[in-house]
This record gives sequence, C-alpha cells and structure tokens, in this order.
Amino acid sequence: MDRPIRVLVAKPGLDGHDRGAKVIARALRDAGMEVIYTGLRQTPEQIVSAAIQEDVDVVAMSILSGAHNHLFPKVVNLLKEEGIEDILIIGGGVIPEDDIPGLKEAGIEEVFTPGTPTTVTIDFIKNNLKK
Amino acid sequence: MIKDEKMKQIKASTKEWEETTVDKAISRFPERKEEFTTGSGLKVDRIYTPENIEELDYEEDLGYPGHFPYTRGVQPTMYRGRLWTMRMYAGFATAAESNKRYKYLVEQGSTGLSVAFDLPTQIGYDSNHPLAEGEVGKVGVAIDSLKDMELLFEGIPLDKVSTSMTINAPAAVLLAMYIAVAEKQGVSQDKLRGTIQNDILKEYIARGTYIFPTEPSMRLITNIFEYCSKSVPKWNTISISGYHIREAGSTAAQEVGFTIADGIAYVEAAIKAGLDVDSFAPRLSFFFNAHNDLLEEVSKYRAARRLWARIMKDRFGAKNPKSMMLKFHTQTGGSTLTAQQPENNVVRVAIQTLAAVLGGTQSLHTNSKDEALALPSEKSVRTALRTQQIVAHESGVTNTIDPLAGSYYVEAKTDEIEEKAMEYIKKIDEIGGAPKAIDMGYIQKEIMDAAYRYQKEMESGETIVVGMNKFQSEKEVQSDLLKVDPAVGEMQKQKIEKLKEERDNRGVSNKLNALRTACESDENVIPYIIDAVKEYATLGEICGVMREVFGEYEQAVML
Repeated sequence: MDRPIRVLVAKPGLDGHDRGAKVIARALRDAGMEVIYTGLRQTPEQIVSAAIQEDVDVVAMSILSGAHNHLFPKVVNLLKEEGIEDILIIGGGVIPEDDIPGLKEAGIEEVFTPGTPTTVTIDFIKNNLKK
Repeated sequence: MIKDEKMKQIKASTKEWEETTVDKAISRFPERKEEFTTGSGLKVDRIYTPENIEELDYEEDLGYPGHFPYTRGVQPTMYRGRLWTMRMYAGFATAAESNKRYKYLVEQGSTGLSVAFDLPTQIGYDSNHPLAEGEVGKVGVAIDSLKDMELLFEGIPLDKVSTSMTINAPAAVLLAMYIAVAEKQGVSQDKLRGTIQNDILKEYIARGTYIFPTEPSMRLITNIFEYCSKSVPKWNTISISGYHIREAGSTAAQEVGFTIADGIAYVEAAIKAGLDVDSFAPRLSFFFNAHNDLLEEVSKYRAARRLWARIMKDRFGAKNPKSMMLKFHTQTGGSTLTAQQPENNVVRVAIQTLAAVLGGTQSLHTNSKDEALALPSEKSVRTALRTQQIVAHESGVTNTIDPLAGSYYVEAKTDEIEEKAMEYIKKIDEIGGAPKAIDMGYIQKEIMDAAYRYQKEMESGETIVVGMNKFQSEKEVQSDLLKVDPAVGEMQKQKIEKLKEERDNRGVSNKLNALRTACESDENVIPYIIDAVKEYATLGEICGVMREVFGEYEQAVML
C-alpha cells in the first residue's frame, strides 16, 4: 500500500457518548492510520459527504442510543446511491446481538460491541479493505 | 492527634517492620505487582499508619455530620434518621408506557422518580423533526408538549413524590411543563420537590446534549436559579454532574476537580447576574459516579464535600450553612458494566452501592445488569433496586455515620483526592474559568487522555476486568432484552399533528412572540416559557424560538 489507510470515525444521530469513538480514533491513529473524526450529531448525508470529500477507505460509526437499525443502513444506501461500494463500513456501540445479522445484511461488514479490544478492530480493518 | 513521642516510635517501628518482617516475606514470596494503584491510578502503599494522617486536624478537617466542613456528611443523623432516596432513572417510548414503569417502581418501594428523556427531547426537537428519525423514545421518553407531560404523571400526586429530571439545555421548558401539570393537579409551585439536571457545562465537556452557546445557556441557568428561589423554593435548580465526566473516562480526582470547577462557574455567573449567594446556593446539588474501587470512591465523596464547603465559605463568602453543604445523587458506573457475563454486573453494582452509601449519598440509582446491552428490562431493574434495599436493611453499614472515618487509608486518600482536585481547579482558574477551559478543549483532552490510558491498560491486561479480559467464558446470547417499539416515532408524530389542529394556534404564536421579545431583552425568560407551555406550544417550537435568538453551540472537535 502506498498511502496510509484513511478512516472516517463518525457519530451518527443525536447521541453524545463519544468516549468509544474517540478511543477508537486514537487507537487507529496509533496504528498508523489517518483518522478524521466528525464530532457529534452527524446526519447520514453529512457522513457520506465527508467520506467522499476525505476519500476514505473506511467509515467507522458509533452509536449508543439504539438508533443503529435506522442510521447505519442509511449510510450504506446513500453511499451506494453515490455509486460508492469500495468503502469498508463498520459499526460499534451498545448494539444487541439480535440486531447484528440484520445490520450485516444491510451492508455493515462488522459490528463491534462493548469490550472489544481495539486491536481486533484494527486487524479487521487491515484484513478487509475493499480498495 | 498522636503525641510527638508516640509518633516517633510509630515511625520507627513501621520502618523496622518494613526492613525485617516485610523484606523477609518478600524475598520468599514477591508481591503480585511492583506498584499498586487505585482504579484511577493513585499510588497505593502497602499499609497506612498514623503517620499518614499526622497532619489531620479532627475538628477542622472532619468535624461532625451536619457541621462544617461536612466531610462526615451533611445531615446530623444521616441514615439513622432517613435512608437515602432510592431513585431509579427510567423512561422510554411514550409517556403512557413510562407512566406505567413509574407506577411499578413506586409499588416496588422506589421513593423518588427520575425521568429519562429521549434524545430529541433533550436537544429541543419535536418527534417529527428530521433529526429525530430513529431516535424517538429510544433512550428515554418522548415529550413534545404539555399533553405528553400530563400523561407522564397521570395518577402520580406531585405533592407527594420528588421528581428528578435529566434535562439540560431545555431544562426550563420541562420544568415549566412540570409546574403546569402540578397546577392542573391543584398543587402549587411552592410545594414541588425535585431536581432538574440543568448542567450545561458538562454537556459541552462530556454528555453532548447541548443546544445554545455558552453565554445564553448560562443566562437560562441563572434565570432558573432566580425564578425558583422566589417561586419554587424546594426545587433543586441544578445537579452539577461529575457522573458523565467520569463515564467519559476521567479519574476520580478529575471527576471532583472538573465538577467543582463547573460549580464555581455557575456560582460566579449567578453572582454576576446580581443574585445573593445565599439566595440560590442552598438549592445547588451534585451528581457523582460510583465505580468499583470501593475505598477510593468513598474518599472521593468525602473530599468533594470538604472542598465545596471550603470554597463556598472562603471564596464566595456564603453565610448560610446550607450553601456550603454538598448534597449529591449517585449513579453506579455504566462504563464499568460488561456485555460479557452480564450477571457479574450485579456484583459490581453491589460494590458501587456500598461505596455511595459509605460515602454519604443523598440518593442513588443502581444500574441494571443488562445495560451494556440495551435498556434494562423490568426484571433486571428490580434486582438493581433490591441491591440498594439489601445494603440499606441487611448490611449494617447504615447504623452509624461515616464508619470509615479515621481509617488511615481513607483519610489519606480523601486528602490526596482533595489536593489533586484543587490542582485542577487552580489550573482552570488560571485559564479563566470552566467555560473558557471547555472552549479551549483543556478539560475534554485531560479526560480523553485518561480514557485512552485506561483502555491501553485494559488491553495489556494490566487492569483486569473479570469476564472481559480475563476469566472469559463462551458467549451466551442474552434473550430477554427490552425492545422499544419502532412505532413510537409514528405515534408521536400523529399526536403532534392532532395537537396542532386542536390548540389555539393564535394564542400559541402570541406566547412565542412574547418569549422571543423576552429572550432578546435581559428579562427573566422563565415566566414566558411557562405561558407558552400552558398554551400547548411544543418543546420544539419553544426551543426553536430560542435557537433563533441565541444561536447554537459549536463543539470543539478534538481527539
């Protein structure tokens, strides 16, 4: 690879719990990736436009409010509408096990729940890039 | 406290013990670690002796419960007189659903209500706002207008219960709705008891449900102080919160330091607005976290009480003892719960409950075991409440006041946390106060550094979390989780449409215009908000007017 992996860490929805997002962002940065963090309260549209503008390889979203079933797939669909299918999309947060198969079907490649070591997320990204 | 000669002897014998007995033991069986630390990283020595509290002046530093500096508690008899308020934070879906949960909790022995609002409500959007999509009723109850508030408290006599509302940026609107519901029940404002969180600074720091920029937000808060001191005298006008600061990853000492720095900012703002310190300070309250390091947490609460008392007396010249008393609510630490082996969380919550009670809390919410996975089910909430009841009635720790006082270790840690917190407060004073330190991102960065340090310690195995990074077992799928009906969003939308057909829309727009004018002047806006609420203006409409006049806060994004 000729350039570092670029990751957009995003907080969709209204939830303000950003400890997880920020910890992941720092861990990815320490692992040599270039990380852009959106800050709070991003709409799916804002996330997609940031992903395009920043030309990222990965979009990593974090939600703890329970709105994941609505917001995660929306980002995937909007990217598809823009004709983009080579960005790896992953999610994390307080997400019940039962919801994960549905999210994966919707195009979220992996969902990381509380207690996942950051190294697991880092390895997943490295092994599953689409570009 | 111990005579010089005796102290010399103790120092000598401690040294001798270290050099002979301990060294011999260590040479055969080394200790488990080179260095021991508290959950927050404070160094912990092998033992603590009278030497560690050599400087402690009993009357000046500890005193008696109900006496300055309140280290031992704010009430003279503490739990011998009355137990803490067992207050379970709850709310989800619609007002009617939440009303059922409240009635259930009261039947089960809960002694105060605590309302959780959904995120659109907390950020001042009606359920039909585009940004509310997918969030309605998720983390709390959706309140769009007085109609919802009436349903929320139906059949609950507001002169009999005390109600805490976790609401910040739109706190004035929800308080206005509460006042209006009470009035319909025939309960006058001066009889209402409860708390609004109303702590915007920690929203900027850690919790994220801000709306307006700092200056108008501080004005709304002082407007509430002023209004309540005259009309709702039993209401706690703010709950200055360390809880979320700790959840965001801070240490115990940072939790105390940053929270009290926020408290100082509110007191300064109110004094600047012309209020007398003793007119509002007795209604300030606090909200702290309870994590697993039992003795560190107990020390933390004691340190916070002493620090606040001294600041109120010395820095602000408060005269009324009530202005100096740090009363606080506690919630057990959400971030300490694991999604793995969730039953273990019951034990964590029990330890944290003990910490809060030994630390002299005034009220307590205990988390449920399934909260790292979803909103708690009714059954797990019951276990969490029972945990408090067991500590209250079976553990015996409530029979005497501040039983850990005089422990060499606890007193030493109380001093150390107070000292470290004071260092943060000094640093924030140098920057120019908490609002400025937040704008600069100083507080957020300190917290983030601590959070990242903790994450690394956990991943290296230096910090053990049972069931997560050690003693793992096969993953079990938790099946009885609470699910919020996704139809709630649609139902709320329909309710708003119906409301807008039924209410006097001209009346609404008159009241909203009056509110706008008040916002643009320097009048107290609270009476105007109450008028608008009573006319059934929606939360989103009221906050919309304020958004137009005040603008919106821009978060300092940093890693």
